[in-house]
Amino acid sequence: MTERVTAMTKPYTIGRPPFRPGEDADFGGKFTEQPGDLNRPDPASCTAQDTVPHASGLIRVLDDNGVASGEWNPMLDAETLIQGLEYMMRLRIFDDRMLKMQRTGKLSFYMRSFGEEAIAIAQTMALETQDWIFPSYRQPGAQFVRGRDMVSMICHCIGNTEDNVKGRQMPVHYTWKPGRFISISSPVGTQFSQAVGVAMASAYKGDDEVCISWLGDGTSAQGDYHYALNFASTFKPPVILNVVNNQWAISTHANLATGGRTFAERGLAYDIPSMRVDGNDFLALYSVTKWARLRAAAGLGATHIEVYTYRAGAHSSSDDSSAYRPKDEFKQWPGGDPILRLKEHLIKAELWDEERHVELAKKIDEEVMTSYKAACEFGDLASGPYPPASTIFTEVYETVPWHVQEQREELGK
Amino acid sequence: MVEMNMIKALNSALEVQLTKDKNVVIFGEDVGFFGGVFRVTDGLQEKFGEHRVFDSPLAEGGIAAIAMGMGLNGLRPVAEIQFADYIFPAYDQIVNEIAKVRHRSGGEFTAPLTFRTPAGGGIKGGHHHSQSPEAQFTHTPGLKVVYCSNPYNAKGLLTAAIECNDPVIFFEPKRCYRGPFYGDPHNVPTWAGHPDSDVPEEHYTVPLEQARIVREGSACTVIAWGTMVHVSEQAIKDSGIDCELIDLQTLVPWDRDTVVNSIKKTGRCVIVHEAPKTSGFGAEMSASIQERCFYHLEAPITRVTGWDTPFPHTTEWDYIPSPARIAEAIKKTQEE
Repeated sequence: MTERVTAMTKPYTIGRPPFRPGEDADFGGKFTEQPGDLNRPDPASCTAQDTVPHASGLIRVLDDNGVASGEWNPMLDAETLIQGLEYMMRLRIFDDRMLKMQRTGKLSFYMRSFGEEAIAIAQTMALETQDWIFPSYRQPGAQFVRGRDMVSMICHCIGNTEDNVKGRQMPVHYTWKPGRFISISSPVGTQFSQAVGVAMASAYKGDDEVCISWLGDGTSAQGDYHYALNFASTFKPPVILNVVNNQWAISTHANLATGGRTFAERGLAYDIPSMRVDGNDFLALYSVTKWARLRAAAGLGATHIEVYTYRAGAHSSSDDSSAYRPKDEFKQWPGGDPILRLKEHLIKAELWDEERHVELAKKIDEEVMTSYKAACEFGDLASGPYPPASTIFTEVYETVPWHVQEQREELGK
Repeated sequence: MVEMNMIKALNSALEVQLTKDKNVVIFGEDVGFFGGVFRVTDGLQEKFGEHRVFDSPLAEGGIAAIAMGMGLNGLRPVAEIQFADYIFPAYDQIVNEIAKVRHRSGGEFTAPLTFRTPAGGGIKGGHHHSQSPEAQFTHTPGLKVVYCSNPYNAKGLLTAAIECNDPVIFFEPKRCYRGPFYGDPHNVPTWAGHPDSDVPEEHYTVPLEQARIVREGSACTVIAWGTMVHVSEQAIKDSGIDCELIDLQTLVPWDRDTVVNSIKKTGRCVIVHEAPKTSGFGAEMSASIQERCFYHLEAPITRVTGWDTPFPHTTEWDYIPSPARIAEAIKKTQEE
């Protein structure tokens, strides 16, 4: 992990990010942690104490040369691996196109998952289709895994007549019930404790469902994070609680968000088995999540996971990260690029090649463009049509009360 | 005097306070090195050091409690809540702790502090970057609630807020940070050339608890705050009716005398706010006004407000009070 550096000890400590603009982003080369460093405890009997090394170390499967090894290797078949690669490529190409659309005024706002594509995709692939997804705004990729149509996603981002949330939310605040993908909310972290509640309901009803949720390193300062861990520790419902440590909460580095060591280690204090995983390693993510699901399904309760990664892009289309960190910091990040890492692994295993990769990227890009055009048939940002203004007044309550009805009539739309 | 937009004016107020009073400290999410997502604290960390202007963990409840602790122990913190929509994790600390500590401790403890927070809509921010939650604080005894509307009063009111020994919730209309907003999203001017963008570089205050008469008139009193001051100004022009426009500036304690005197003169009143109508601050004002102006009123007091619904994204222009809706309400008061 990055060493915590402080300016001075008086009058109080102010954390500092490793580098500021103009400085050399030197992370000291590759990760020292290697695949095989950490054992895979038996999910049916593992205690929090057994995961002490896992919470301070780093679970990896893919090494720096794309070779998979160690007890955590999920031994996935070629089809699953290529599917995972395809989903990640799909998300990146989709994101890049949508950001361009935002830049040319065709979307009001956008947030990419750049550099973090493996997280929601590998983790959702490791779950069952009946499991609940409680995302933050950087896990839209789970929807691809669950089969959401791209046109439907773009219609939401435009906020046109086919937006399933009727133009009510900002772009990227997806809701998708058929995929058990809960509505994304801007106030960060709120979903984390709600996810514990959902899992308690599953346990109460006796349904074979696990709930997964994510929040960021910055957000783990919110009370909701601690409520979630404490309730999960107390009631032991089937929930997987992930802190995505991408190291940056807008401009605030994780070193300014906590004085502790790893985020994973916090879970140990709540007596929850806690894992720290290489968030750019598709295989490690898949494997750890599968392990957590086994525990949950066996009635052993929550697993806490720190997903160690790097926010490669700006926070959102409204942010300029070069104002607070070196421009090339991502390129120096030892975790690398999750897509390139899985690609390299597949090529080494002779399951994939450069030509197929380029071809697939081209195919996805065409699909994104076709989908964008198809979405615009239902209205574009510049000229609409938009959902009717009457949608302001509906679904505030189950039925429209008299005072809201009067206001709707006053607007006359 | 220097021409400033609202961001620069607020920054200037903070700079003057940091220079003048070593007990002033500024913190919040992204306010330190980066200078705030709206740039209000830009350059202050560099100038005053990272112990006086710093980034906090992302936790509004923590920010509020830390500010209270600092206030209790002699500092005068100015904390930023990045969006007013995100103030609710801090609500318990603000409502039950900060607002009540003077009273509950028999006056032995106080926590002078200011929470600055950008509020209001018109930036395509959807549910959670657009709300105007002033009434959720005006209903809490012990808090002063301020809402600026232009660069000049932004600096003067913020200065008064920081120097005030009571806790102040200071709302900044983010739609007006870079220019006044007259209700037309396709025609958005900057502050350049606006008379209220002439801002002294030095210390001055716009006193709390005083409203500002933006425009004198005889036919109807229009009361607004924040962005709605400018939208109402446009509506008055469009209506062709000689209205008196009052920018309330401080909501608690509000300048009842200025309002009552105006309505005694005009006999008519329209109250405009972005927040939902039910239990909005317009309701409080309306009740107080009829208690004091009943025999002077020629028409019912009217409110033009956001609807009693969450703030929408795509259809926000059908939500925010428009010049047309306000003008219509003004005209209606003349029919009685």
